[in-house]
Amino acid sequence: MDQHIKLPEGSIEKQTTTLNLGPTHPATHGVFQNILELDGERIVSAEQTVGYIHRAFEKLAERRPLYQITPITDRLNYCSSPINNMGWHMTCEKLMKIQTPKRVDYLRVIIMELARISDHLICNSIVGVDTGAYTGFLYVMQYRELIYEIYEEICGSRLTTNIGRVGGFERNFNATAFEKLEKFLREYPKVLKEFENLFTRNRIFMDRLIGTGAISAERALNYGFTGPNLRAAGVDYDVRVHSPYSSYEDFDFTVPVGNTGDNYDRFLVRNQEMWQSLSIIEQAYQKVQAFKGAEAEVYHAEVPEFYLPKKEDVYTKMEALIWHFKIIMGETAIPKGEVYHSVEGGNGELGFYFISDGGRTPYRLHFRRPSFIYYQAYSELTKNAMLSDAIITMSSLNLIAGELDA
Amino acid sequence: MALTNQYIQEKLTEKFGETVSNFQEIYGMLTFEAPKEANLKVLQYLYDEETLQFQFMTDLCAVHYPEKVGAELAVVYHLHNLVENVRIRFKVFTSVATPDVFTASQLFSAANWMERETYDFYGVNFVGHPNLKRILNVDEMDYFPLRKEFPLEDQTRIDKDDEMFGRG
Repeated sequence: MDQHIKLPEGSIEKQTTTLNLGPTHPATHGVFQNILELDGERIVSAEQTVGYIHRAFEKLAERRPLYQITPITDRLNYCSSPINNMGWHMTCEKLMKIQTPKRVDYLRVIIMELARISDHLICNSIVGVDTGAYTGFLYVMQYRELIYEIYEEICGSRLTTNIGRVGGFERNFNATAFEKLEKFLREYPKVLKEFENLFTRNRIFMDRLIGTGAISAERALNYGFTGPNLRAAGVDYDVRVHSPYSSYEDFDFTVPVGNTGDNYDRFLVRNQEMWQSLSIIEQAYQKVQAFKGAEAEVYHAEVPEFYLPKKEDVYTKMEALIWHFKIIMGETAIPKGEVYHSVEGGNGELGFYFISDGGRTPYRLHFRRPSFIYYQAYSELTKNAMLSDAIITMSSLNLIAGELDA
Repeated sequence: MALTNQYIQEKLTEKFGETVSNFQEIYGMLTFEAPKEANLKVLQYLYDEETLQFQFMTDLCAVHYPEKVGAELAVVYHLHNLVENVRIRFKVFTSVATPDVFTASQLFSAANWMERETYDFYGVNFVGHPNLKRILNVDEMDYFPLRKEFPLEDQTRIDKDDEMFGRG
């Protein structure tokens, strides 16, 4: 090695630098630790440490009745909690063979696609932040805010939503919710267009993203990639299309795919998906509006043994009080069986493997968390990359610590 | 020809005979078992066989059944044929005393961390795994927390009185 500084013999045993990136580093957007071996600015190897916010959800779930598990699912991918909530409710419905009315399905689709937009919006704008463009992030935040306001109208909370129940929603969407939805549909396309103008053909942005963090389709499949990350590598696998749930088969949308699987393609795929989500929401809203009369008031399935009754009914009606008591005390047994159900979450296939032995709580509940599964590819993705590119790769993978650590 | 559960079952019985057993169709998903020594052979066959092509590992986890003596731990694989869009569930059982199961991480890179997680929570020893150590829990932990011998407090217990809440 020709070094300019003459160092005493044996003072440097290794030629690489070890760097602890994280666990709390502003650039990691979450509690991640990476032990990097650096040769200058090039990464020789990366070892991920996960589990900093592990909360033993799978253990907790073994002692909780169904409606108490919904708040746990909020805290998986907290950028798109409604998708997790509804995935969980649909898993229960699948186990109990509950058929939800079409209107419930469409309302769910609206909420899930809003959640997808807010998730992709965060991910893509954070990629912008990591490349040095803060404006986009700040600009789109107000539309995430609008999405959160819509959640608020429906369930009362914003980030950890605990939205819906087994069988449907806790209440019908009110007029304000629809007004806000209309406002979103009216204003968001322009914003998204502007967001794209800011980034998509921006030379600096392209130079930073193209060719970094790339993965081939074969490796991505072998690593169990799902969602936008897999689609960016050119595989058109989307749970919404392959195993439609919540009446996704009634909607007309395309599955955007990339071909190189690099950070730029991931960015493009997510942007395209937001356009598709917008069109799905529009279609769903039209379908919801087409319901007339009594049908327009339907917001849950008739399953009194699992659907928590309205609070005012609990106070005034005997029947409702009995069901309320039975559900809260866990006296309605869950049918025996085992079921795997998955939904297309914000960052991939979010699966629930639910084993019931007929008791009041699940015997075993396993969450298939997409980001846990694809984060293991990170060391392969960043091998020989520049340190600054590795940061972008991390944010463009859309890693959510809450989901990763469960 | 669409890939049906019946066809998968026929192919598996043709290849492995009595080794694969307990075929069931639970909520539309074909579920079957094999002895733990055969797990890799079955996975490899499902992966390679031209008409089956189960090349995507969706999920891997374990379940603890303390009352099944000699087969307390089940390792459950969820596999997916993305082309035909068929999912199957494959289980191997192992005793909790010698929880050795061959690793699938050479076949599926995705299995690497999922096996580490399964080891972390259930203590399944994946033989041949390149880096079998705890992943979500602390390294110093000396038990496997998701096993049923560590129950959380039963929410329905009735032996609590007011004294426990400082109201006695």
